[in-house]
Amino acid sequence: MDPIYYIYLATLLFSIGAIGVLVRRNAIIVFMSVELMLNAANLVFVAFARMNGNLDGQTVAFFVMVVAAAEVVVGLAIIVQVFRTRQSASIDEPNLLKY
Amino acid sequence: MSIDGELIVFIICGGLSVIGALGMVLSRKAVHSALFIAMVMINLAILYIANSAPFLGMVQIIVYTGAVMMLFLFVLMVVGVDSSDSLIETIRGQRLFGILFGVALAVLLIGGIGSAMADKPDIGLKAANDEFGGNVEGIANLIFSDYLFAFQATAALLITAGLGAVILTHREAWKPKATQKELSVARFMVGAGHPGNKPNPGVYARHNAVNTPAILPDGSLALDSVPEPVRSRDDSLIVDHRVVSTVVELVESEDQN
Amino acid sequence: MTVMPAEGLFSLMWLLIALPLAGAAILLFTGRRSNAWGPYLGVLTVSASAVLGVLLLIEMMGLPTEDRTITQVAYQWVFIGNFSVDLAFQLDQLSMVFILLITIVGSLIHIYSLGYMAHDPDKRKFFGYLNLFVAAMLLLVMANNYLLLYVGWEGVGVASYLLIGFWQQKRSAAAAAKKAFIINRVGDVGLSLAIMLMFVTFGSVTFSDVFGSATQASEGTLTAIGLLLLLAAAGKSAQFPLQAWLLDAMEGPTPVSALIHAATMVTAGVYLIARSNVIYNNAEIAAMAVIIVALITIFMGAIIGSAKDDIKKALAGSTMSQIGYMMLAVGLGPIGYVFAIFHLLTHGVFKAGLFLGAGSVMHGMNDNVNMRRYGALRSVMVITFITFMAGYLAIIGIPPFSGFWSKDEIIHAAFERGWFIGGAAVLAAGITGFYMTRMVAMTFFGKKRWETDAHPHESPAVMTIPLIILGLGSTFLGMALLFWGDIEAWLEPVVGYESEPTPLPTSAYIGITLAFVIVGSIIGWITYARREVPIEAPHGNWLTRAARKDLYGDAVNHALVVAPTNYAARALVFFDARIVDGFVNGSAAIVGGLSGRMRRTQSGFIRSYALSMVGGAVLVLLALVLVRI
Repeated sequence: MDPIYYIYLATLLFSIGAIGVLVRRNAIIVFMSVELMLNAANLVFVAFARMNGNLDGQTVAFFVMVVAAAEVVVGLAIIVQVFRTRQSASIDEPNLLKY
Repeated sequence: MSIDGELIVFIICGGLSVIGALGMVLSRKAVHSALFIAMVMINLAILYIANSAPFLGMVQIIVYTGAVMMLFLFVLMVVGVDSSDSLIETIRGQRLFGILFGVALAVLLIGGIGSAMADKPDIGLKAANDEFGGNVEGIANLIFSDYLFAFQATAALLITAGLGAVILTHREAWKPKATQKELSVARFMVGAGHPGNKPNPGVYARHNAVNTPAILPDGSLALDSVPEPVRSRDDSLIVDHRVVSTVVELVESEDQN
Repeated sequence: MTVMPAEGLFSLMWLLIALPLAGAAILLFTGRRSNAWGPYLGVLTVSASAVLGVLLLIEMMGLPTEDRTITQVAYQWVFIGNFSVDLAFQLDQLSMVFILLITIVGSLIHIYSLGYMAHDPDKRKFFGYLNLFVAAMLLLVMANNYLLLYVGWEGVGVASYLLIGFWQQKRSAAAAAKKAFIINRVGDVGLSLAIMLMFVTFGSVTFSDVFGSATQASEGTLTAIGLLLLLAAAGKSAQFPLQAWLLDAMEGPTPVSALIHAATMVTAGVYLIARSNVIYNNAEIAAMAVIIVALITIFMGAIIGSAKDDIKKALAGSTMSQIGYMMLAVGLGPIGYVFAIFHLLTHGVFKAGLFLGAGSVMHGMNDNVNMRRYGALRSVMVITFITFMAGYLAIIGIPPFSGFWSKDEIIHAAFERGWFIGGAAVLAAGITGFYMTRMVAMTFFGKKRWETDAHPHESPAVMTIPLIILGLGSTFLGMALLFWGDIEAWLEPVVGYESEPTPLPTSAYIGITLAFVIVGSIIGWITYARREVPIEAPHGNWLTRAARKDLYGDAVNHALVVAPTNYAARALVFFDARIVDGFVNGSAAIVGGLSGRMRRTQSGFIRSYALSMVGGAVLVLLALVLVRI
């Protein structure tokens, strides 16, 4: 089959993840939507690696996974800290940058 | 487009991942979202394998689904399993424009990439995988030669991230930690409530569900023995076994008659 | 006529200017330290210049006529390409008589001021300014080119401003000083444009170059130069239409009025036109314009002088009229130049004497200038009375006093031109008789109309001695210059002299003039000496009332110049405040308003920011996709 369909799938997943970031208010669900977007990007890399015939795409996807893991660690730590002080996991809670 | 195995795998796994993604975005409870995204990740792992990336697929399952999602669930536990968003949107226009932009993003990306990649050849990874005697060896070759610097950098990143998490979640001890002696003294003080464990729910001949309370010596129900979630939900769920036993015996005797 | 370099005594001619200039510098820069001896230094410098002037005259009289133009170059001032102007002085017959007038009358007035300003705390500054004036006026008459003349021209303007506004704490004096300077400035525009035109036409502004090549320029150019010089002269000599400042200039101390606004500065315009005689000889229209301006001013001055109760303002009107006579003479051309200068000299002496006499009367009457409060002073201030009468007889032109000789020559020259001009001059002479007799009658004759606290007394010797000297000059100077000095022959090489026949013999014109003068004087005598002079000014007929308002000169100036300028200034202020400032402030306000609106986009919500990010990404993708299509 035409590997372009993987790209279409990844695009779709990416958009759904984007909508999730924009629409949900729970910080953890927003974070999970970001993870979904990263996964979609990984799928694109792997599909292109197959299409181009070298393993560079897979290597990059591997590094993306590493970075995503690190990001999740720090992000969740922040959410936990915010939750401890404010007792709220809403992402609308930190709005002190408003005018 | 030929109907081959890959297509079928794609349709099934792709469909499931889209359903999972939608479920993640749309479900009210956070735990349900976590489970949905785990489903997406596993399906994606299958798709990786279908694209001649077995190593990556395994790593996806082990690291992403196994470690990262577990991390999410731990935090959900801290934050509150029941936490759910209200459906009312507080920012005006956010929902409308969010969905609009998301759809536009999908349409533009698919249209743009589709028109750009009209006839891209599909070389396949057979040669690349065989070059060093396997997919893992091939990726290893790339990591430790071309992408060595990236490898070292991400290693440092991981260490930093771990350290950062420890520091971020560090709780300052504002008062000295209560010793075991102090804790037990507090437990046995007058007015401190029950010093020991709370009673377990009753285990009876015919009923041992969580919603059957234990019987106190004077014959009254020990509502403390029913776990909090059940107790606070609905009083009618708490069942007095004696009443139930009597009713069951009456029914059985009627059946026999 | 050859131009001789300065040798021997003539090489000191720069001292004439340097002495009073040094005096002014010392007096003004040493400040209060020189308060004690300052006035005497001021008197000394001008007197030294006077002595030097007399010596130079004697030297010049010993030279043959063709050699009497002596030039001394002090400094090479401007040399740009083809244009070069030197700081150079030219001593010839014309400048010689002016130098004598300025320095001798100037030193007499300096001595008089020792007494008149004795009680003024700023008298050192007064003498400094007077010295500055004398230096500038000498520079004006001794310049050998128009640019240096312009420097002196401006210098006397500045000195006049400083001296009119000497009592600067008086608002009227400060306003009068400003008015004089500004109206003078209008005339100065004429002089600077004339100099520019001369440079463009002749390539040089030196007298010898301009007059040498004057005939080669077109008549149109010469007419333009002549009219521009007339504008400058009208400003400086208070001729119509720039005459409004002279009456207000009487706010200054009396010695200032005597020196500047009677004898010297106001005659600078006459000097300018006389010096530029070559230009006017070749530009008929410009000369005719001079005559018209002069005739208007003669009558204006006479009518205004007839209605003023302030003795100084009446004398100022008289000055305006007499300078009109001088301008008439220079306008008449070669038939009149010599007599204009002659009348200028005699007028300088007798008008200075009249002004100083008025100052002496004011000094005795507690500085009261209102003639309606004078009367019967002849027995109280004898010397003042006698010298004043000498000046009076000179100005109305009674023989053998000096004014008779000079004014009658002008009237005769006017008749040489035509009946109309001659008749007008004679009529004005009659009016002169009227207003001067009025002045004398109200002041010295009639009944006492003094105020209760007035104790009139004769002035001290330091004031009366200059009066006596000027009175003697008023009596004898005319005859001396005409018969012993032969003024016509003296001045002829510089300004030219012609004589044209007249229908009637000369004695007939003298008789007609005297008749008009005597009739005018009798009318004035009857009105003001025989009849009671009311203390409150009576309502008067329309001419009297108009004359009291300076023939509405101020009103015209206000309507033509002041009011439109005020309106324009207000319009500009409005434009600046509303439109320019409005534009600037408005753009700031717009920026502020815009930023206030745009500020609201910073809601602080992470999801809003994420929304705008995704929106931006969608836009970029849209652009990319559209480009590919």
